[in-house]
Amino acid sequence: MAAKGKEVLSGNQAIARGAYETGCQFAAAYPGTPSTEILETIAEKYGDSIYAEWSINEKVALESAAGASYAGARSLVAMKHVGLNVAADPLMTLPYTGIVGGLVIVTADDPHMHSSQNEQDNRHYAKFAKIPMLEPSDSQEAKEFTRLAFFLSEKYDTPVLIRTTTRISHGFSVVTLEDPVSPVRELRARKENAEKWTMLPSNARKRHPVVEKRLRELRELAENIEINRIEWGSEEIGFITGGVSYMYAKEAFPDASFLKLGMSYPLPERMIKEFASRVKKLYVVEELDPFWEDEIKKMGIEVTGKEIFPRCGELDPDIVYRAVRYGDVPECGTLELKRSPDLPVRPPILCPGCPHRSMFYQLNRKKYFVTGDIGCYTLGYYKPLSAMHTTLDMGASLGHGHGMFKVLPEGERKKVVSVIGDSTFMHSGMTHLLNMAYNKTKGTIIILDNRTTAMTGQQVNPATGVTLMGEQTFEIDFKSLAESFGVKHIIETNAWDMESVSRALDEAENYDGLSVIIHKGPCALLPEYRKNYQKQPMVVDPEKCSGCKICLNVNCPSLSWVEEEGYWVDKKGNKHRRKGYVVIDQLNCTGCEVCAQSCPFDAIIFPERSE
Amino acid sequence: METVNIIISGVGGQGIILLSNVLANLALENNLDVKKSEVHGMAQRGGSVVSFVRIGEKIFSPLIPVGKGDILVSMELMESLRWIEYVKNGGTALINDYRLPPPGVAMGIEKYPEGIEEKFGEKDVKVFVKRVTNEAVKLGNPRVTNIILLGMLSRFLTFEVSSYYNAIRKSVKPQFLELNLKAFERGRELIEL
Ligand SMILES: Cc1ncc(C[n+]2csc(CCOP(=O)(O)OP(=O)(O)O)c2C)c(N)n1
Repeated sequence: MAAKGKEVLSGNQAIARGAYETGCQFAAAYPGTPSTEILETIAEKYGDSIYAEWSINEKVALESAAGASYAGARSLVAMKHVGLNVAADPLMTLPYTGIVGGLVIVTADDPHMHSSQNEQDNRHYAKFAKIPMLEPSDSQEAKEFTRLAFFLSEKYDTPVLIRTTTRISHGFSVVTLEDPVSPVRELRARKENAEKWTMLPSNARKRHPVVEKRLRELRELAENIEINRIEWGSEEIGFITGGVSYMYAKEAFPDASFLKLGMSYPLPERMIKEFASRVKKLYVVEELDPFWEDEIKKMGIEVTGKEIFPRCGELDPDIVYRAVRYGDVPECGTLELKRSPDLPVRPPILCPGCPHRSMFYQLNRKKYFVTGDIGCYTLGYYKPLSAMHTTLDMGASLGHGHGMFKVLPEGERKKVVSVIGDSTFMHSGMTHLLNMAYNKTKGTIIILDNRTTAMTGQQVNPATGVTLMGEQTFEIDFKSLAESFGVKHIIETNAWDMESVSRALDEAENYDGLSVIIHKGPCALLPEYRKNYQKQPMVVDPEKCSGCKICLNVNCPSLSWVEEEGYWVDKKGNKHRRKGYVVIDQLNCTGCEVCAQSCPFDAIIFPERSE
Repeated sequence: METVNIIISGVGGQGIILLSNVLANLALENNLDVKKSEVHGMAQRGGSVVSFVRIGEKIFSPLIPVGKGDILVSMELMESLRWIEYVKNGGTALINDYRLPPPGVAMGIEKYPEGIEEKFGEKDVKVFVKRVTNEAVKLGNPRVTNIILLGMLSRFLTFEVSSYYNAIRKSVKPQFLELNLKAFERGRELIEL
């Protein structure tokens, strides 16, 4: 195959490239950090040969890819680690049915929870589903392993998992490009496979032994596959490791011996025994759970692992070095520990112009208990907005609400609302809404309709009106959707009119039934916002600002406090002392006016135009 | 060539990823190995962000070990301090004298840190604090702050200027190329060695 030069690619871009080079024809995903760029790259660069879509959720993506695979197409699905929980149902039975076109499932784990609600270790899914998992250590491997995964999938008639972690997904390194191959399987609907694909108990019972036999064959494969390899160095210390941990251990102990596992599951028992017998001291270096360590100990091999390496957070070369040399073990392997500790923290914050701001400001002011969900709007938790009190998993806001609405006494119940983003609603909130309407719950839910999946970088969703491939499609109308689910009381707000938000909340609180508030306003990072909503930056009238700090409660990064004793003048012209005043950053204010509406003294204004 | 470890710090949305992309392409232009590591997603919404870039003959870890950073480039003033432990004694820090108050400071609850130059001085780090965003605004667009900093950085690395030009060309849209090359040159002028 002709080499086509080199590029610096992220792990995600490299997986996309690998899919392209292997003749992949179908790719589906729901966005989720750190996996999102896989589908973005496929659509942007390889859209001519691969059909790519943002599916509604991960289960939809995997089941669709399985369909494409049954029809003979090489197919890829990608998701963040928790996405695989959503797709776990099809995942557990697909190994029974097998596939036709190679089916590759990418799970991008997030140790340290850079952008996640937990740091589950998805290697367990490979063992749970009894299928192979490959784990690359850099972008070159990410591409090669993707190609290999398609090949193994077809050879062993099974879906294959690729696991990355944030440092691999978002780490960039040099990749050698190759030409794509053409897919080989005939595309057709295979009636003759009905028995293999219809998992009635009578058929499934025949398939389980096939899964077990395949697993034995995969164990044999693991002994010989070239991505499991031994690098002999000093025999004083040996490391069994893989993924990004391999790079950290290699950086810390370049002269040691290494057994690098490219295949995370199943493990090569004979190879491990041979390696263990030749090194004096054996370590397993792996982030999160002692997954390999437990497997290796079961083989009867003595090995040091989680006694010295942390179970929480990420590793890095320092942690590996200090643990091995001095037994110096932090409870969590985290970068945070080594940042300067006494600096003011800088958590993420809603952008200037964000439509979510007005809702959270009002929810806080009106003292609601808010069952929350996942998206940019989870930032409504932070002070001073302080208007989110639960966040569990996507869709849970409505479930939490429903449960509370059903059990709380009326007075208490009326001060509880559920808040969910548009993409999250379509991912796993719609079923809840139908459940609530059908089961006659009384309460309020708020859909934050910003027309995009903002958190992960403004991916399109059915509220946007275009597909990932750039085709025009319809825009979902949440009002008619809720009506068709039997909701009788629906209110729409304008996100930049705080009065409309306040009114909607009061009205919903007083309604004796299920209310749906649709909070409308496009994400401030969308071109649509810039075109139709963005105005010139606002300024604080230095005479009128009383220094009351009320506007700072809208929590906009454009506003900041200047401590400086002085005077201000009220509407009647009287002078008063003040401790300081607020200024607005002229480089990032978008003129959304939410802060101005919060100001009791009308001190925030558009500057007069000097013509 | 000995490995160079570059740390880029700042606030989400400031253009750190573009700067690290140019550095990655710079390595490729010079036939060197490179790894860079940064985090996307939630952190990008105005939170502190960092990118580690390592260039050399053969790079393993994408993360830079504590105390092994050769050069720190900071897009924002106080964010430089967050990563001070990662800079080696005798290293270099190129800092944009531009303040984005974090929430506690914006609310008037905390103070913006002062004495930043001194803190680096204590570690024997050569510090250059310049009003880079101002320079970018003068060139017509605050978004080229990152490329001015690249120009400053180039004075401490040994690569040919032409390879920076090629790397910038690969990383920015054609309509912004000229502005970015100007910004790069402006950065070079800002450092007198
Ligand atoms: C099962 C699962 N899949 C994906 C994610 C990543 N994720 C969290 S919220 C979200 C969507 C946010 O979009 P939306 O609900 O529209 O809110 P916005 O960010 O636009 O405010 C995504 C993709 C996740 N946490 N869990």
